[in-house]
Amino acid sequence: MSSLRKTDLKAIVISLIVFAVLQGLISSEALDPFWQLNIIVICINIIMSVSLNLINGYTGQFSLGHAGFMAIGAYTGAVLSVNFHMPFIVGLITAFVTAAIIGCLIGLPTMRLSGDYLAIATLGLGEIIRIVIMNVNYVGGAAGFMGIPKSTNFAWAFFVMLFVVFFIKNYVNSSFGRACVAIRENEIAAEAMGVNTTKYKVLAFTVGAGFAGVAGCLFAHTFYIVHPSSFTFLSSFNYLIMVVMGGMGSITGSIAGAFILTTISALLSDWPELRMSIYAVVLIALMFYRPQGLFGNIEITSLPIFKRFKGGK
Amino acid sequence: MAIMLKLDDINVFYGAIHAIKGISLEVDQGEIVTLIGANGAGKSTTLRTVSGLLKPKTGTISFEDKTISGQPAHKIVEYGISQVPEGRRIFANMTVMENLELGAYIRTDKNGIKSDLERVFKHFPRLAERKKQEAGTLSGGEQQMLAMGRALMSSPRLLLLDEPSMGLAPLLIKEIFEIIKDINKAGTTILLVEQNANMALSIANRAYVLETGKITLSGDAKELSASEDVRKAYLGG
Repeated sequence: MSSLRKTDLKAIVISLIVFAVLQGLISSEALDPFWQLNIIVICINIIMSVSLNLINGYTGQFSLGHAGFMAIGAYTGAVLSVNFHMPFIVGLITAFVTAAIIGCLIGLPTMRLSGDYLAIATLGLGEIIRIVIMNVNYVGGAAGFMGIPKSTNFAWAFFVMLFVVFFIKNYVNSSFGRACVAIRENEIAAEAMGVNTTKYKVLAFTVGAGFAGVAGCLFAHTFYIVHPSSFTFLSSFNYLIMVVMGGMGSITGSIAGAFILTTISALLSDWPELRMSIYAVVLIALMFYRPQGLFGNIEITSLPIFKRFKGGK
Repeated sequence: MAIMLKLDDINVFYGAIHAIKGISLEVDQGEIVTLIGANGAGKSTTLRTVSGLLKPKTGTISFEDKTISGQPAHKIVEYGISQVPEGRRIFANMTVMENLELGAYIRTDKNGIKSDLERVFKHFPRLAERKKQEAGTLSGGEQQMLAMGRALMSSPRLLLLDEPSMGLAPLLIKEIFEIIKDINKAGTTILLVEQNANMALSIANRAYVLETGKITLSGDAKELSASEDVRKAYLGG
């Protein structure tokens, strides 16, 4: 246990160094505004992919509606900031709670489904959320919700991301996480071992949805405007690709997946038609040569070379 | 001896198919009871109904004088019934040790878990040798041992075994059945479903013969294996 905390401490120190370097680059304006924005988007995408990994990778429940929960968080945060003049932190917390509650309500019936049926149901529900939002005039309808203060800066995005990553890391290393992995490996056996499978599936879905809501709130306060078209099933798919690419069941994998794919799409932003083709080629190559994803279900911090580098035992 | 498990007029349906038609049976404390019968007779269905993976439409199941029918499977584990599912269903990507730890999922008594782990390793020394190995890389026999060891980790008073001989070589089947006998001697009551009727009758105290969802014969295992009808139908002459 104490060795675990030691690695935690080291990870925090490394994260702080990364933060200091990036913040330095931003403050000194060595990074142009385009990349400053992209660093924030990377943080948001990491929250999305890590929280989706809890549902898809660890618990093995194939959800295709993650962008729907992001939309709930984005609009909740936006309404609180614009219409109620609430501080940003209140928006973040409320975004989590709202998305988690709706996640739980959706999870209760859908988590009884399995495989393809669950994928179709979550896909449909994600779209329903978006279409409902599109038809509510209070939040701007199809035109989008404008005038959101730009409260998200790099520090907010980074530290919220850090909190989410550590929360989910501790979740999957707890007995909750054990139950989730058992469900993924073999649901009947898990049930036969005394794991209340419905409870843990719904719980994972709720927590994952809640953090997608947090990511949505950060997203809304980054871009001044939120628009229903940002939360289509294509973006759900995008987050899924990050998870699959990094490795289902690896948090560091999801971080890498979000980082790599966001960077690629930023680099290729001048050639949008080329972007999707390259995306497709990268994915096909990945499925050919590394179907388990870049990291499989292994954390980079558990590799021997990393341990030696850190001087730990 | 005290009745431990009692099924009273159980009816189970798969959709419109009436799979179990009014089965009543009893298992006494300390016994090995076996259900034998042909393919599709409803042996595994009966077992899955006891463990809560299936729900009976009518009838009651009681365990140690408490009604357990209708309860979810994870609750039934807490009552002290543990199942080794058909086809083993181990957690393939986890290590042997992690599989065993999950078997003790509902328990919080650390010392009890530790002593049960030692007990499992005594029954299955090969699992101790392969503690850190991924369970999916074990041989079929070792996987069966792991599934049984995992079930024992919840410290059950009644162990349900579903086709432990499935897909195993004859020598290995003998070994597994010896271990089942040992587990029983150490105080765990066993309800065994088995296609290999010869093997099952040789270790059981009592047996029930199932045919298309009904019990057609029951009685002392030795008497049944000597009976002409049973020999003809299930023991190959």
